Amino acid sequence: MSGHHSLSPFAALGRHATLLGTALFMLMPFIWMVSLSIKSPGEAFQARFALWPETFYGVENFAKALTSVPLARFMANGVFVAFAVLALQILVAAPCAYALAKLRFPGRDALFALVLIGLLIPQEVLGLPLFILFHLMGLLDTYAALILPFSVSPFAIFLFRQFFKSVPDDLIHAARLDGLSELAIVWRIMVPAAMPAIIAFAILSVISRWNNLFWPMIAVSSEELMPPSLGIVFFRDEEAGNDYGPLMAAATLVVAPLVIAFLAAQKRFIEGVTLSGLK
Amino acid sequence: MPSVVVAGIEKRFGDTVAVDDVTLEIAQGEFLTLLGPSGCGKSTLLRIIAGLEPQTSGSVSIDGRVVDHLRPKQRDIAMVFQSYALYPHMTVSQNMALPLVMRQLTLAQRLPLIGRFLPGSRGARAAIEARVREVAAALEIDHLLGRKPGQLSGGQRQRVAVGRAMVRHPRVFLMDEPLSNLDAKLRVQMRAEIKELHRRLGITFLYVTHDQAEAMTMSDRVAVMMEGELLQVAPPKTIYAAPADMRVATFIGSPRINLLGGVVRGDGAVEVPTAVLDVAAGLSAGSTVTVGLRPESLALVEVNGRDTFRGTVRAVEHLGADLFVHAEVEGAAEPVILRADPAAHDGLAYGDAVCFAPRPGAALLFDGEGRRTGLDVPAPCGPSPALGLRLDDAAFRAAGPMTVPRPVDQWR
Ligand SMILES: Nc1ncnc2c1ncn2[C@@H]1O[C@H](COP(=O)(O)OP(=O)(O)OP(=O)(O)O)[C@@H](O)[C@H]1O
Ligand SMILES: [Mg+2]
Repeated sequence: MSGHHSLSPFAALGRHATLLGTALFMLMPFIWMVSLSIKSPGEAFQARFALWPETFYGVENFAKALTSVPLARFMANGVFVAFAVLALQILVAAPCAYALAKLRFPGRDALFALVLIGLLIPQEVLGLPLFILFHLMGLLDTYAALILPFSVSPFAIFLFRQFFKSVPDDLIHAARLDGLSELAIVWRIMVPAAMPAIIAFAILSVISRWNNLFWPMIAVSSEELMPPSLGIVFFRDEEAGNDYGPLMAAATLVVAPLVIAFLAAQKRFIEGVTLSGLK
Repeated sequence: MPSVVVAGIEKRFGDTVAVDDVTLEIAQGEFLTLLGPSGCGKSTLLRIIAGLEPQTSGSVSIDGRVVDHLRPKQRDIAMVFQSYALYPHMTVSQNMALPLVMRQLTLAQRLPLIGRFLPGSRGARAAIEARVREVAAALEIDHLLGRKPGQLSGGQRQRVAVGRAMVRHPRVFLMDEPLSNLDAKLRVQMRAEIKELHRRLGITFLYVTHDQAEAMTMSDRVAVMMEGELLQVAPPKTIYAAPADMRVATFIGSPRINLLGGVVRGDGAVEVPTAVLDVAAGLSAGSTVTVGLRPESLALVEVNGRDTFRGTVRAVEHLGADLFVHAEVEGAAEPVILRADPAAHDGLAYGDAVCFAPRPGAALLFDGEGRRTGLDVPAPCGPSPALGLRLDDAAFRAAGPMTVPRPVDQWR
């Protein structure tokens, strides 16, 4: 590792020590979770601090986590909901963003202002109105209740619009001459051209769906609809009690897909976060 | 029947007038060049003809049919863009196939994956692929078909853009400065290739450029545009030798034409700084005119007649085949540039006194509003008098001397 200016060995050492320390501090809860997931119940509450257990209890904990609750079902729900939401979000946001970025029509700026306002409203504020709305529609405790509230993402519209704006007009003109309809331009030209933005958004969207606890807690009560985040809470209440080993094993399993996905697509991920931060 | 008729097209963006009442007729199979400085509205006019931008007023017809209400696709026009506008995520062959895919396959057949297996899809796709290969071979880009535009050089991109426009047989070919991103050498080569393409296809070409060398070498006729106005439409030779407007005279030619203020005398001759020119002005005595003299129509002389200028050498430009002498003439705002034979006048140096005279009949006279005047001036336009030139006196703003970047490959 050598940057543009070569640091003195001491400075380099200091820098790495600082980074390492901060990283450890941030990772501590996570490491502790993994550590607890392989400890026996007795050892988990010992005053002694050790990352590696005296007796390896991981098999029992993970077995219990996997058998006592339908963890696989929770995960499948999570995947289905996250990707259904993502598909709808892109389906809605891409044409909206195209219209806001490239078409000229009266009221466009006002509409975009509304999108920006939508960006500012936290999801929690909408919890109660959405609950009542879905109750009236009779959709509570269904997949629809988990998916539909997120299908229109102001953030996606905003992000895509910024990206679409940077696509040269000539490209759209060429497409119109080549015989593409406006919708075909969106799906055949704009979306592929804005792939980095789409991927960035997809990553952020899937993570926030996967980790979201607030809305599923309100929207569903049947066990077979629960996403993983809610499943863990449910697990703690119903099964585990003070039995933290299996609970932490379940939590580890729930976080694992994200961590693995992150490690696999680290570069894309960082691209995505910087993109959505800068644009 | 003319191929394209542009009738009284005007385009405003808020307060700015990008295209100002342009009327133009392009003959079937003609190569017409729209020439003008940057920002004069060339691209805007092209986009209006293609249907990509609505005009503020006026009308466009193609092959005798008014197309104002038609969408770009229905106008059956192909266009090569200034920036090439290739689809960055598609390969060269996909780029070139798209116009055909959109026209010859049904919506269902265009669907990803499933579309391939629908009846008729396979045959149609094979036909498209064959056509793409044929065009690619003609343009010598068949070895690039699998690449993406990002992996091509500027010249290759330009060919792909031409190829995409060529795969179907459009009624009109529009080209917006297709060579402006290429280096000088490639530009000269592509000039010949595009001209050859025009000859082979026999389609109407409307070619936009701000490079006079391109306009002069490629076109059947040149339409000179400035500040949104169409100043003159004529064959290249006429544009150069008989410009209808002082702005056209200044824009065309490099080094640029010398302009000298003059006054018509009682005997009909024109008095200019240090000389009196026997030009048939046909104007009343005392009226002021501007005399335009191209550098090559001035010659260094020994004798000192009344039509001889006297000046002092301020600069000598030796360009190998030519020698350009910049001579300061008392009473003239700018040094007069004249072309001399390098062999005969190699010894000229700064500060030398020189005499020079115009060749007979070479002087161009412009009246106070910048229009060509004098007895020898024909009708102010090219072959089609009704449509050639429109000059709105009121709209004329003395643009002052216009600086034109001298193209690398000089034309004179
Ligand atoms: N969408 C637009 N909004 C506002 N003004 C515009 C727009 N498009 C073009 N213009 C203006 O219209 C005028 C003509 O522009 P145009 O692009 O047609 O010039 P051009 O002759 O093609 O120039 P260049 O040789 O640089 O390509 C310019 O003054 C430009 O600023
Ligand atoms: Mg242009």
